[in-house]
Amino acid sequence: MSSKVERIILAGFGGQGVLFLGKVIAETGMHAGKNVSWIPSYGPEMRGGTANCSVILSENEIASPMVTVPDTVIAMNRPSVTKFNQKIKAGGMLMYNSSLIERQEFRDDIRLVEIPANEIAEELGNPKVANLVMAGAYSKFSKLITFDDLVACLPSLVKGAKKEMLDINLAAFKKGFDYVEEKKYMFGRYVYSVFKGI
Amino acid sequence: MAKVLMKGNEAIGEAAVLAGCRYYFGYPITPQSELPAYLAKRLPEVDGVFVQAESEVAAINMVYGAGSAGARVMTSSSSPGISLKQEGISYIAGAEVPCLIVNVMRGGPGLGNIAPAQSDYWQSTRGGGHGDYRTIVLAPNSVQEMADMTITGFDLSDRFRNPVLLLSDGVLGQMMEPVNLPEPNDYDINSKKWALGYRGNDKNERNLCSSIFLDNDELEEHNWHLYQKYQVITDLFSKGEYKDFAVEEHLCDDAEIILVGYGIISRILKTVVEKCRKRGIKAGLIRPKVLWPFPTAVFERLAKTASQFLVVEMSCGQMVEDVKLSVDGKKPVFFFGRTGGTVPSDFEILNEVDKLVRPD
Repeated sequence: MSSKVERIILAGFGGQGVLFLGKVIAETGMHAGKNVSWIPSYGPEMRGGTANCSVILSENEIASPMVTVPDTVIAMNRPSVTKFNQKIKAGGMLMYNSSLIERQEFRDDIRLVEIPANEIAEELGNPKVANLVMAGAYSKFSKLITFDDLVACLPSLVKGAKKEMLDINLAAFKKGFDYVEEKKYMFGRYVYSVFKGI
Repeated sequence: MAKVLMKGNEAIGEAAVLAGCRYYFGYPITPQSELPAYLAKRLPEVDGVFVQAESEVAAINMVYGAGSAGARVMTSSSSPGISLKQEGISYIAGAEVPCLIVNVMRGGPGLGNIAPAQSDYWQSTRGGGHGDYRTIVLAPNSVQEMADMTITGFDLSDRFRNPVLLLSDGVLGQMMEPVNLPEPNDYDINSKKWALGYRGNDKNERNLCSSIFLDNDELEEHNWHLYQKYQVITDLFSKGEYKDFAVEEHLCDDAEIILVGYGIISRILKTVVEKCRKRGIKAGLIRPKVLWPFPTAVFERLAKTASQFLVVEMSCGQMVEDVKLSVDGKKPVFFFGRTGGTVPSDFEILNEVDKLVRPD
């Protein structure tokens, strides 16, 4: 991953909050002083359909905001892996929601990070925060935003939210971040090095 | 003011409020619906009026009325809706009423689809409705410019008593970027001496805004008056105070191939130019920020130094005609376009550049 720019595609079912997840990452980047852009896919879509958005974080001015070759794909469901897996830059990262996507024959030239986002969110008592678990996990890998940036930006993202809601969002960030940290310890080679299939 | 992360459509709405616009009339259509949604919430907070009209035709005529009364007023739509508004735009141009019209372009012709496109260039720059008239056409390429050009658009329309069209597309309308919002402007609705609502005439004279001139001589005189106004505007944009505002040049001085595009395409072309330069291809970029009057002079100048031009659009080729008129046969002008809602990637454009500079 280049230290100057991070191009991300975030995808999932409508309702999984992938557009908001993209906004969380973009707005955090903006507050951290980076240039950012966010583009949603939009179409004649409905609940249960697929949604995705493209986010760029950059230290320099962003020329094209379109993401054709993402450094990272964050996939919340299986169709998203099918759709975007082949587009990831060689040496890039596929971060996927292993609650809904089983381990399979992925490419062997990308870094794989599996996060059971739904299970983690359910443990926290609210399945809707699975998207924010992914945000916490992403901040572990990003060179342009940190976990602290995410936490600092949260109040501006959920304006007027009740304290309980803020707390559960923060907990989701933390769980996602910690999960990656623990995995590094448990499956260091698996998470951080090239994955050669199962 | 701190930067705010906003959608292009919302940035237009907030900028309009800051420019003193208190009247919005429109009808929802994807991909611009965030703009009326934003103003439906925002205008009542500043004692403004938001009306979701029964149709686009009704909305543009409400704009005609509010503009005639001296108010800063706007409407917005996407391609098929803008087609419906053309009759009203022609009346507004004929009656010389200022207003801002936003078009967030989608695929056509007909109902087409709701994906981004640039296929309304001809409609926008050639008048669009019936009769000899012009609209000033501004083409932003970022969310920041959506906001800035909304404000400039109101200023230009008041100054020249002419409708101004903000021509954007589905990507720019939907995307979010950080925006620095400008300071609010205290617009005085009683500042236009020609307006119906003007209260400053000593003799209590009444004003009239109309596009009807039944007498042939009167209409001819009116049409030549409009023509002269368009000439003044053209001069101000080509060599006067708006010269620098009208066009952006990037690495053109030593360029052998010059890429030309407006709106979201110009952002992609900037990436293509960077990639060309890394590969040793001397590429440059001309981005018209104003589409009417077209920035002809920059093409006349660069046709002397560059060897060829490549125009890229999300259409089957519309602006390319203006580029050809401006280059005037001095150098070859090529075209690459994608349509139907597909945004061309930097890779496929780079491939076209390769074909032109390395034909073997």
